[in-house]
Amino acid sequence: MKGSSRHMQKNKLKAVLATAAIAAVAFVGAPTQAHAAGLKIAIMPKAVNNGYFTAWNQGAQKACKEIKATCTYLGPTEATGPAQVQFINQVIQKKYDVLVISAADQNAIVPSLNKAKAAGIKIVTSDADVATSAASSRVVAVLPAASARIGTAEVDWIAAATGGKGKIAVLSAAATAANQNAWIAAMGPYLTQKYPNMSWVGGTVDKSVFYGNDDPTTSTAQFDAILSQYPDVAGIIAPTTVGVLAAAQEKKAKSATVHVTGLGLPSQMAPYIEDGTVEKVGLWNPIDLGYVAVYAGAAAKAGTFTGKVGSSFKAGTKSYSVVAGGIAYLGDPFTFDKSNIETFKSIY
Amino acid sequence: MMSKLSALRGNIGWDKGVGILLLVTLIVGSLITPDFATTSNLGFVVQDIGEIMIIALPMAFLIIAGEIDLSVGSALSLVSSTIGYSFAHGISFGFAILIGICVGAATGALNGFLVNYLGLQSLAVTIGTMGLFRGLCFVLLGNTPVNQLPDFWTGLGVNNIPHTFLPWSFVLIAPLVFFAWILLHHTKIGRWTFVTGISAEAARFSGIPVKRFKFLMYVATGVMVSLAAIVYTLRFASASPDSAMGYELTTIAAVLFGGVSIAGGFGTMWGVIFSVIELGAIRSVLQLVNFSSNALQMVSGALLLFSVAFPKVIELLKSRREARVKKPSPSLASMRSVE
Repeated sequence: MKGSSRHMQKNKLKAVLATAAIAAVAFVGAPTQAHAAGLKIAIMPKAVNNGYFTAWNQGAQKACKEIKATCTYLGPTEATGPAQVQFINQVIQKKYDVLVISAADQNAIVPSLNKAKAAGIKIVTSDADVATSAASSRVVAVLPAASARIGTAEVDWIAAATGGKGKIAVLSAAATAANQNAWIAAMGPYLTQKYPNMSWVGGTVDKSVFYGNDDPTTSTAQFDAILSQYPDVAGIIAPTTVGVLAAAQEKKAKSATVHVTGLGLPSQMAPYIEDGTVEKVGLWNPIDLGYVAVYAGAAAKAGTFTGKVGSSFKAGTKSYSVVAGGIAYLGDPFTFDKSNIETFKSIY
Repeated sequence: MMSKLSALRGNIGWDKGVGILLLVTLIVGSLITPDFATTSNLGFVVQDIGEIMIIALPMAFLIIAGEIDLSVGSALSLVSSTIGYSFAHGISFGFAILIGICVGAATGALNGFLVNYLGLQSLAVTIGTMGLFRGLCFVLLGNTPVNQLPDFWTGLGVNNIPHTFLPWSFVLIAPLVFFAWILLHHTKIGRWTFVTGISAEAARFSGIPVKRFKFLMYVATGVMVSLAAIVYTLRFASASPDSAMGYELTTIAAVLFGGVSIAGGFGTMWGVIFSVIELGAIRSVLQLVNFSSNALQMVSGALLLFSVAFPKVIELLKSRREARVKKPSPSLASMRSVE
């Protein structure tokens, strides 16, 4: 823009004004979409491209078929609150009836959930809930099992593998992952109390957690970091499907002697359970989580379920009731070992 | 034909191209999905691009001046964490915000000092401070985000201006955008920015205090990042140590797609502004037509590649043509222009 800078500037300004004018026209007075028959349900994982949530969605889709609803699986590629918010906006914009969501961030999505709620959308958190202070933003949370029990069950599994002795480390997901942090918090006192011959590599459980960020490469690197930093480590608990798979793969690759357990998908963990790399992993059934959550949302939309403590809803043949905090629990985590992996590996 | 090509070659007109693309996106978007061209969706898009817009403004200055800042995402998170930490420790929220702005300015001052007074590469420095600031977030907050911020403040982040569809952040962002445009294209500071980007040496000889100028540019970036952090914190009604992950790359991609030369010395503010809006608009359209989110990620990457490759292809085409008509090719430097 050398000599004719002033002139160019004027032209540019014109272009800008024209753009703004047309944009303004484009944005006003759009028609509202007519309601389709049957419920419109959005199924939103923390992130797509994750085997766990694919299974979760399978359950949701099964329920949708049974109640003749139209279910759409949508969500971000990265499991962050801000990324999820863009998709919640989409759900509001497209006027869904029900939103079933696994909260990627227990705080950041709350303002958006409140907006969705104000727009008349019934929200059910499933798998991961929002912060306790924000419980009113959803109807109910459908969760696998009480947090404390998920944590302590994993301690039981690693104790069974190491023979109730030795030092233990944790290979977790992201440092801010609320689920993992709640489970890990429950592991600490339980191990000290129930297994006197076991201890944490870093002295306390807080100092024994390594974060693999639910990323295979980072998780593998953190697994190696545990082994090099604590050569005497007897067992590693990985309370995340990505972490436990990375740990099993790396254990096999390095022929390490450390015992590995945690929360794993049977389909992914089957080769390592079959060849003995890993004795046992556990998980609730994500298919059930998705399935039950869709029924909760549909019942809420129909007005037959309030989400209040003591109220209940039916999913398939089973009935679920709401306990303190507005939560409906599925039950204890389910474990997979050589005896049953053959059956479950083809399911999820 | 020649004149068109030479205009495109020097990137002149790229900003208009982005403006036209934005227009096309808006029109096509309203035609293919009834949910796009609604006031509520416009509100969502404005809210969605707010922080990126605020950071893209100083980033445009930095890149035109021949520098870069990869620490902006982490710095945003650090300011947000500082606000959350201060509030959780009993400091009133308004004062916590002031502390946050000071911390933001300090992050910029640190980058600016290392780059200008120690003469280090801005790419290397800000990769370092990116990690440093992120680490500090976790030192401050540990793994526990701060929530339950005062309703008055989060209302500003979450609600629209009464009787409009625009979020409150618009009140902050619109003047900033206008101010950035004036500053870059109609003031001495803008001219200094271009001259510094074309040749820091020439700038120094012509009397521009290059070091101090670029140092202050980093401090200003830190302050702008603080403003983005305030918008971010209020919008998500929480302060979390893992805030704004990847925002640095989104911002830089938007600035480059807006026609700012990564080599420095060239760019326009309108190009950047259109680019940020375009990225938000195209994401909204694609989401509303239930485009796969994996493909969504690819689109923004492809747009960036296209914006970098297109002028280069034009340039190659033109030099071929010139070779045929046997005209001497003007040097690249003379094609870059100062606004």
